[in-house]
Amino acid sequence: MYNKGTIIPGLIIFVLFVTFPIWFNGFKAGTPPKPELPPGGEKKCVESVEYMRANHMQLLDEWRDNVLRDGNRSVVTVEGKDYRKGLQMACMQCHSNKEKFCDSCHTYAAVNPYCWDCHLSPKEAASKEETR
Amino acid sequence: MKYAFSFLAVIALILIAGLGSQIPGMHYLFGVAIPYLAIMLFVGGFVYRIIQWAKSPVPFSIPTTCGQAASLDFIKQDKLDCPTKTSEVVARMFLEVFLFRSLFRNTKSEIHDGPKLTYESSKWLWVFGLLFHYSFLVIVIRHMRLFIEPIPRWLTAIEGVDAMLQIGAPTLYLSSITLLIGLLFLFARRLMNRQVRYISLNNDYFPLVLIFAIAVTGILMRYFLRTDIDIINIKNLAMGLVTFSPVIGAKIGAIFYIHLFLVSILLAYFPFSKLMHMGGVFMSPTRNMANDSRAKRHINPWNDPNIKPHSYAGYEDEFREFMVEAGIPVEKELPAAKDEV
Repeated sequence: MYNKGTIIPGLIIFVLFVTFPIWFNGFKAGTPPKPELPPGGEKKCVESVEYMRANHMQLLDEWRDNVLRDGNRSVVTVEGKDYRKGLQMACMQCHSNKEKFCDSCHTYAAVNPYCWDCHLSPKEAASKEETR
Repeated sequence: MKYAFSFLAVIALILIAGLGSQIPGMHYLFGVAIPYLAIMLFVGGFVYRIIQWAKSPVPFSIPTTCGQAASLDFIKQDKLDCPTKTSEVVARMFLEVFLFRSLFRNTKSEIHDGPKLTYESSKWLWVFGLLFHYSFLVIVIRHMRLFIEPIPRWLTAIEGVDAMLQIGAPTLYLSSITLLIGLLFLFARRLMNRQVRYISLNNDYFPLVLIFAIAVTGILMRYFLRTDIDIINIKNLAMGLVTFSPVIGAKIGAIFYIHLFLVSILLAYFPFSKLMHMGGVFMSPTRNMANDSRAKRHINPWNDPNIKPHSYAGYEDEFREFMVEAGIPVEKELPAAKDEV
């Protein structure tokens, strides 16, 4: 083998790059998050658990477009219960803890939804009330 | 119709993964066994190929020189295009690897009436080549969010820039679109350009179609076919794979297994295909050698040490008599014969 001095370090760098996740994690897989169920004990949502797990972001995006762009604030009625279209008005009424519900999965999956550019979590909203 | 085979091969692979992963108990084959096998083939094959190349001698000093060589003091040397020092070679290689500098010089030749042959600069391949490669790099880096925990800030930052237009939910990644545009150009080039079409083989079309299918399945999974695509389950599987304790908790949709299977095929195919240009670019003697053959003698490693140099003077000493006899001029005459004196 020729040019060992450059080729072997090069190969070591390559292998380190490819195996980056192995040594970066140090063999600790971490635990997948368990989002907190509604503290109020609510069992029903606008859709099934499977649907919400996979598609909640598309539902929220649709609601956002309905309300803010089309001015369509019509109420969503599921099994006799009315939900107003909105993150704070519908979702967070039951899932009141943003940190333990939304953030638990979003942090794990490195998702940074821009909901919170405009919306406030119930905790933040409460502190705003106090200062006012 | 050389490219038809590539399409058929990729469709067959999609069917294998799409149908196979739906058979109960086959999740572990497609989700764990095949990815492990693929990554082992990738790393092992890559290292093997590089070592094979490193064992091949470079008989001659063959850097491509594209500028003024080092000469007299008052003649300006083109240090990047005709490097003489290692540092200059490193700079040249850096620009080659990161900016595809030699592709920037690409020209197009055409025959016009006359007949007249013309050459003109053609930068499209360079532009779309860069677009494709950098999109692919960003996509690979982005996927690291599924393989590491906790996620470092730089990874979130790259992802944030990639999704900065905030289109839809989940937000559209720009690199998904630019990758497809790059691939479409590279594929169209092979079909439209007559000369390139003539020399294109299945092993040119197959990687393009395969990467295209990987990109499309990824996009479908992220934006459209979201049934049973729970990112938490998928990350749990990916984390299990890189910590050697894989688990498949809940059901994951078939589109995920198709995507993963195609990526596994790409990884396994990589070391045995033209895709090895990733490692090969560093091994190419026309780029990684300094043009210093006048200052330093390049010894061919193939030379047999038992064969000693044979100068002309030595040659003439050996054959002088015969040369004189045959009337061939010699530099040193034969010593005068004694009996003639």
